[in-house]
Amino acid sequence: MLISVLILGALGIVFGLGLGWAALRFHVKSDPVVERIDALLPQTQCGQCGYPGCRPYAEAIAVEEADINQCPPGGDAGIRALADLLGREPKPLNPENGEETSKTVVLIDESRCIGCTLCIQACPVDAIVGATKLMHTVIKSECTGCNLCLPPCPVDCIDIVEAETSPPRWQRPRPQTGFKRVPIR
Amino acid sequence: MTRSFDVSGAPHMPPQTTVAKVMLQVLLALVPGVLAYTWFFGPGILIQIILASVFALLFEFLMLRMRGRPLKPFINDYSAVVTAVLFALCIPPLAPWWISCIAMMFAIVFAKHLYGGLGQNVFNPAMVAYVVALISFPQAMTSWLPPLALAEQSLGLVDSLSVILTGQVPLAGGWDVISQATPLDTLKTGVEAGRMLPEIRNTPLFGDFGGKGWEWIANWFAVGGIFLLYKRIISWQVPVAVIGSVVLVSLPFWLADPDSNPLPLQHVFSGAIVLAAFFIATDPVTGCVSNRGRLIFGAGVGIITLIIRRWGGYPDGVAFAVLLMNMAAPLIDRYTRPRMYGE
Amino acid sequence: MNSSQHIERAQEAGKRIHHFHGGLRLKHHKKISCQDPVERPPLPDLLIVPLLQHAGDTAEPLVHVGDRVLKGQQIGQCQPCAAIHSPVSGIVEAIEDRPMSHPSGQPGPCVVIRPDGKEQWTRLAPLTDWLNASADDLIAQMQQCGLAGLGGAVFPTHAKTRDGRERKTHTLILNGVECEPYISCDEMLMREQPDKIILGARILRRALGAERVVIAIEDQMGIVQQALTGSDEFAQSENITVVKVPAIYPEGGERQLIQVLTGLEVPAGGRPSDLGLVCQNVATSAAVADAVTAGKPLIERYVTVTGNGISHPRNFKALFGTPVSHLVDCCSGYTKDVARLVVGGPMMGYPLKSDDAPVVKASNCVLALSRQDIEEPQAEMPCIRCGECARVCPATLLPQQLHLQITNDLWKDVESYGLSACIECGCCDYVCPSHIPLVDWFRFGKGELRKRARENEAAELARKRFEEREARLIRIKQERAEKMQRRKQLLKDKALQQDRIKASIQRAENKTRARAKDPGEAQDGGQSHDS
Repeated sequence: MLISVLILGALGIVFGLGLGWAALRFHVKSDPVVERIDALLPQTQCGQCGYPGCRPYAEAIAVEEADINQCPPGGDAGIRALADLLGREPKPLNPENGEETSKTVVLIDESRCIGCTLCIQACPVDAIVGATKLMHTVIKSECTGCNLCLPPCPVDCIDIVEAETSPPRWQRPRPQTGFKRVPIR
Repeated sequence: MTRSFDVSGAPHMPPQTTVAKVMLQVLLALVPGVLAYTWFFGPGILIQIILASVFALLFEFLMLRMRGRPLKPFINDYSAVVTAVLFALCIPPLAPWWISCIAMMFAIVFAKHLYGGLGQNVFNPAMVAYVVALISFPQAMTSWLPPLALAEQSLGLVDSLSVILTGQVPLAGGWDVISQATPLDTLKTGVEAGRMLPEIRNTPLFGDFGGKGWEWIANWFAVGGIFLLYKRIISWQVPVAVIGSVVLVSLPFWLADPDSNPLPLQHVFSGAIVLAAFFIATDPVTGCVSNRGRLIFGAGVGIITLIIRRWGGYPDGVAFAVLLMNMAAPLIDRYTRPRMYGE
Repeated sequence: MNSSQHIERAQEAGKRIHHFHGGLRLKHHKKISCQDPVERPPLPDLLIVPLLQHAGDTAEPLVHVGDRVLKGQQIGQCQPCAAIHSPVSGIVEAIEDRPMSHPSGQPGPCVVIRPDGKEQWTRLAPLTDWLNASADDLIAQMQQCGLAGLGGAVFPTHAKTRDGRERKTHTLILNGVECEPYISCDEMLMREQPDKIILGARILRRALGAERVVIAIEDQMGIVQQALTGSDEFAQSENITVVKVPAIYPEGGERQLIQVLTGLEVPAGGRPSDLGLVCQNVATSAAVADAVTAGKPLIERYVTVTGNGISHPRNFKALFGTPVSHLVDCCSGYTKDVARLVVGGPMMGYPLKSDDAPVVKASNCVLALSRQDIEEPQAEMPCIRCGECARVCPATLLPQQLHLQITNDLWKDVESYGLSACIECGCCDYVCPSHIPLVDWFRFGKGELRKRARENEAAELARKRFEEREARLIRIKQERAEKMQRRKQLLKDKALQQDRIKASIQRAENKTRARAKDPGEAQDGGQSHDS
């Protein structure tokens, strides 16, 4: 009886040491986690998460100061990707931060624009072209839909429009299945 | 003058086959073996098949209702019946009715629906049912019958039915009179007692290869299996791997010591190896996806069965081997991904 | 095998027949539409010519409403893609969104022309001396005449030829393998106009700088082989061979055809020109012949109108812009139990919501299916992992796994399991016992992958711009701070200077005062003070 206890105990110690050594020897170095979190965020720089841009939010997630469900442009897919990366539970999007909407861009009504440059200063990705007392225009391909230019405009000449899909860019819809499909994740 | 039409995706051809058709063909392939079984061992097996099918369909119905799934395609797809028949072929022909009931509950409820239903189970439901019954009720699961030709007393249809339903044998002497150990059982106890093989096999219980009667049933299962291969319901990799690995691994042992190791073909034709090779290990849901993976899967089943037969505690280890390989299947899949075009 | 060995093996194209993995043997259903010779249907009342007819972006219209156009006049231009020409002479009635034949079912900009029946041609500019013309001239002629691949992919022919020439093509493969059931337009073209096809092949060969031409046809097309090898052009030309390949669907796919003819696989993410091969459809070749020798732009094509839903199936030579309903009328209309209208074949075609959509460059077949053809005997069931799909996949993919991954949004795995290599042939869908719409899932999956790639790119760009803006703002702040600093320093220096000047003046005054008091003493005192 004693012998078996001693033998098993010795085996336990040997295997434990072996596992510990293996954990150190085969340790995999990975990128700093903030970079990887930032790579998953949509880079809209809208601030709806409560942080001034996507990088500060990524840094907050990394130190567990912020939760992963605060980004509306990333949506459910983004939350799941973050949950995957960090090994946390995916949650539904926090409604206090906003709602997930389809991709939008903004359009400046040129007849009402007064050339005040307040929107140009507000845009986090420099998507608005213009100068003082000259026409302002939004470069559609650069606009991320963050809507930060709307509050500063004194004449309210900026409208939110849908980003269009045309036949060359047309996408097939997700097929419907006859029975309820429960996802595995 | 325009006209509108309904739209739906390609391909726009009448479909080739359905799940129900596939399952029906599997059942058809089992018929020769079942008939041979009845011929050699009496009508008990038919009663077991009917009982198991009824219980399986009952539990399937209950589970579909509880999960809120539509009954229509799932009850008719015969997958529960296939599970039931395969299970019934593994248990003694006179096993009591409650064995079927409990086993089918485990198969359908736990091993199939609680994992997600058709196509989502990890373990082969028939084998899960068999193993649960074997471990929980060893007495009832090991009261096998001898072939009719060798039996001192045999039971007809009505008597078999009454034994199954009541558990009492209506003969003086009870179970001891009608039951007898299987050939594999006899082999195992004999070898453990230290006797030599030729001596053990020198009873009328053994035929040329496996046990008398058993080897013929295995033949007919093989015929059914070849039918399935011809119809492309199963692919050749799994049967070839199972039987091939059994033959290849037992060959050196037999060559080294013919007195205590059976001939490879004797291994193949006793127990459930042939049934497993063509019907159980080929279950697509729980097996491997790629062809190389299937070879490894089949080889694993064969080798583990041999190990259990030789050194394990049970006379036949097919069910355990299949369940162990089911566990390994996803890992095998990951490492045997076939090369894509252009890679 | 390195690439030069690949090229060597590719040069043996057609000498041996190899096999590709998977594929299906399907019933052909082609005889019913090959009974009558091919004719041009009568002119419809209106022709609707879409401005998006090929791979690439929508063309810009060159005409306005009310203009009179001539047959063959260019009405749409798109710089990297092929041009669009008017199929008839007539008046432009409208330029607006109309239903066009596109898999999305969405309407798109079309030029609507009312023909005047005169069929007056515009001035044509053939390259009559093509034997001595430069390859660039030939390619420019192809672009001007709006040539695009007529096998279904409608890739601009001039771009493909230019790319093939730059990559040193040695063999031109003409794809006459019409593997999809029901479609017979290429077969009829090869039976009726073999001379044009071979002439086109010679012109393409010259433009590509290639040496050989291999024309591939299916093994049951005996008449076609006779027609091709018996034609005058064939007798006069050299290094052109006709090869028969087994009729297994999807033999006509570019990659599968190359594998059968050479035994080589086009490298993943690469193109056939990596192996020195270029594949063109036989109809494209005939169109090249017309374009170069007669200057005729691409305005019509052979279209098969067939299926159990058509009373009298046959082939037509239809002008682009002809509404499908007009062609069906010329076939004695629909049968009683017609249920679906498909453009293309039964395996890969897309359905049409209504039959006023026009014939376009990609429409090789209009297939009307009856109710029995599209009946679904079983609802969709979960995947039973039978593996039939993997057995028939010509691209050796694992459709089972791809389906599982797409439905569960595992997009990294979807990419690594090679969804982009899927040719959407429909073989896996056809054999699936659970009737899972695999092709629909894969098309959705490909769209999702592209969308994600675009979104990632856009996000990267947005991030870069954001970071540069932050950097710029910081820089501006710094510059401002430095400027402030310098100004302060300057003021300080000025103040210091003022103090010094004051001090000097003070000292000078002191000196003067001291001198005024005592001239003798002050001198010594002043001298010692002056420093």
